[in-house]
Amino acid sequence: MSAPAPTPGAEPATSPQIGVDEWVRRSGERIVGPAGALGALRRAAERTPWYVLLAVFVGLVSAIPELTSNQYIIGVAADTMLYVLLAVGLNVAVGWAGLLDLGYIAFYGFAAYLYAELSSGHYNLHWPTWQSVPLVIAATILLGFVLALPSRRLSGDYLAIVTLFFLEIFNNFTNNGYAWNWLGFGATHNITGGPTGLTNVDPFRVFGHELTNRPTDYLWVATGGFAVIAVLLTFVNRSRTGRAWRALRDDPLAAELMGMPVKWLMLLAVAVGAGVAGFAGTVNAAYYQGVFPTTFYFPLLITIYVMAILGGAGSLGGVAVGAIVVNVLLEVLRTPNHARWVFYAAVLIGLLAKVRPWRLLAGVLAGLVAFGVVVNQVVGAVWPRGVHGAIAMGPTSFTTHGFFATCLRHWLVLPAHTYEASNYQIGNYAFVLTIALVLACTAATGWKRWVLLVPTIWGAALAWETTLIEQAPTVRPLLLGVILIVLMATRPAGLFGKTRVEVV
Amino acid sequence: MSGVLAFQLYDWRYFFAELVAGFTIGSLYALIALGYTMVYGVLKLLNFAHGDVYMVGAFIGWFVLNALGSPLKPVLPLVPLLALAFAAAMAGCSVLGVLIERFAYRPLRQAPRIAPLITALGVSFFLEQTGVLLWGATPRTYDTYDLRKGELFGSLTAGNFSIAYVQIFAFLASALLMIALSLFVWRTRTGKAMRAVSVDPEAASMMGIDVDRVISVTFLLGSALAGAAGVMTGLIYQNLNPYMGFGAGLKAFTAAVVGGIGNIGGAMIGGLLIGLVETFTAGYLSSQFQDLIVFSALVIFMLFRPTGLRGTPLLQKV
Repeated sequence: MSAPAPTPGAEPATSPQIGVDEWVRRSGERIVGPAGALGALRRAAERTPWYVLLAVFVGLVSAIPELTSNQYIIGVAADTMLYVLLAVGLNVAVGWAGLLDLGYIAFYGFAAYLYAELSSGHYNLHWPTWQSVPLVIAATILLGFVLALPSRRLSGDYLAIVTLFFLEIFNNFTNNGYAWNWLGFGATHNITGGPTGLTNVDPFRVFGHELTNRPTDYLWVATGGFAVIAVLLTFVNRSRTGRAWRALRDDPLAAELMGMPVKWLMLLAVAVGAGVAGFAGTVNAAYYQGVFPTTFYFPLLITIYVMAILGGAGSLGGVAVGAIVVNVLLEVLRTPNHARWVFYAAVLIGLLAKVRPWRLLAGVLAGLVAFGVVVNQVVGAVWPRGVHGAIAMGPTSFTTHGFFATCLRHWLVLPAHTYEASNYQIGNYAFVLTIALVLACTAATGWKRWVLLVPTIWGAALAWETTLIEQAPTVRPLLLGVILIVLMATRPAGLFGKTRVEVV
Repeated sequence: MSGVLAFQLYDWRYFFAELVAGFTIGSLYALIALGYTMVYGVLKLLNFAHGDVYMVGAFIGWFVLNALGSPLKPVLPLVPLLALAFAAAMAGCSVLGVLIERFAYRPLRQAPRIAPLITALGVSFFLEQTGVLLWGATPRTYDTYDLRKGELFGSLTAGNFSIAYVQIFAFLASALLMIALSLFVWRTRTGKAMRAVSVDPEAASMMGIDVDRVISVTFLLGSALAGAAGVMTGLIYQNLNPYMGFGAGLKAFTAAVVGGIGNIGGAMIGGLLIGLVETFTAGYLSSQFQDLIVFSALVIFMLFRPTGLRGTPLLQKV
């Protein structure tokens, strides 16, 4: 007897409908979200409609000048909003279309310079804002198109190459453009003002009202611009084009096979990004009332990339949060006194977030304390002057009598006269040692990693206190590089982005 | 006053000097470009950090020369001293290159293409700023003039034309290193494995090739060449600073693209070509807008010859 044929209708009710793929239907469950507080925050943000989030954010930022009269804070807020604009624009090419656009800062600079040429005493042109800003944005979009054209015929890497060349060309031109002579074929013109840039650029004029109240007005301009751009970009992202960009990012070849105009989409992504950079450029020129060639170069490019990637390239809100976090962090690091606390807070938060269970955490912390004290005692016994140094930075009350400083001095090894005559030898050795320990930590597995973690943190603290804390101009970019490397290796989706599940 | 009108003002001696300068810097670019092109061959990755590895090589050379051959306390005679400087720089850079590959790029083997590119940017920036932190931003020179009584820095003169010994040395040394590399790639088992991986990593691994090891070897060789180029730069141009890697790296990378990225012979030709074009642009057209002219020419070149001089047409397989 054969097995009874399955009767129709006996299938379990949970089986998928015809035409719905089981794997696709359940793909949502496989998306790995961040756990803990960050994950809860993200889930809450996801439940709220995007326009509510945008309205709350814009309202809060616009209210800053009403809440405080501290010009420094308003200034930082205005700078941050400018960075948010830039990061959101970069997100179009990098996060949505997955293109490495290295000329992005050149678009920004091009727009700033063009606005400055049109509205300053340099050519004695003083165009009204309502004419110059749209023209500059249109010109920047056009430039994005033209620049992406050569890479149209080429694979994705060539876009990075061509745009990087353009950044170089732009930098060369702005630095030397004070003596542009058509390569010897014509008379000499001063176009860009050279290394000193163009100054006395007109502020924005809106409805006959000059925006000269510097940080506050431009905070509002940047925030208003962000609101408009965020709404437009959200609609673009949900449109057919937005979906096509994401398809292009995930697999260019598959996208092309599906009949998508891949080359056109690439052009469009670069151009839309350039348009946002164009608006930000005009705000920059009007806000600082001048443009300078050093602004628009590699360090700024890296900063914007870190912002876009830290927040989670691809998600508009994530990118904005990333820009805020990075700029506030860099601002805090400017002041050594504040920078100190950033380090210890980061170490503590990192340990709390990553070290589970709590027994292990307690072990690591106890090991950390014991390790430092023992090393301090041993060095002190062998070489008494080796532990006689003071803490480098901060008020005297802190460095000599403060409880925390006393603890630090008995925990780290600070030789006497470490800081005299900018002698950073100890710190340099500690820095190199820390890098070696971090690499060893990464390579080690199991319990060895936890054992190695203790000297690593201690070494990092030593390097931090002896040299890094005092060299903010170097440490800020250094930190950006570190963030990029670590983030790409551990969380390529950023803090708020969704971790993608690769289909092979 | 420059450009076409000034052309007849320059004589043949000037032309010859420009030619020598172009070949010298071109051979350095070629050495660095080899690292870019080899890595692109096996990993399909634009390793932006390579220029900074070259910078580290120049500094390692500085430390060796300063410790063992400074004017006040010469320890070693010229030839062993230079050999040691080159050996130390090449070894140091090899280690650095392998470490970068192991810790920054290897975790991203399966990641989307843009991820390792961004990491490469981060590594480049990190190395540059580490250089600033450890060695300061003030330029340094290889302090070798006094000690050597100019024996390396004299010139070979024939009639109106002269060429510095150090330039001849750089040219010969680069040629030697490139020949050695070619022999390695075309004559040894590991070289064969490298070529196999650059054609198809997956198939190569199925044939029993340890792809990770081959990639490490590639980084090792490329970085060693960059280290040698760094020491030569120090000897010839006497100007080291942590930012030197970005500019030189960009030019060398350009050379690799012109030659056809992924193609070893192309990188050598591309390096010489970029060196000559750059020097003649600066000498005859405009030294201020040298970069602008060179890079604009390149953008146009790539429009018509996307795969470079010797590159193979792009074929994409699924």
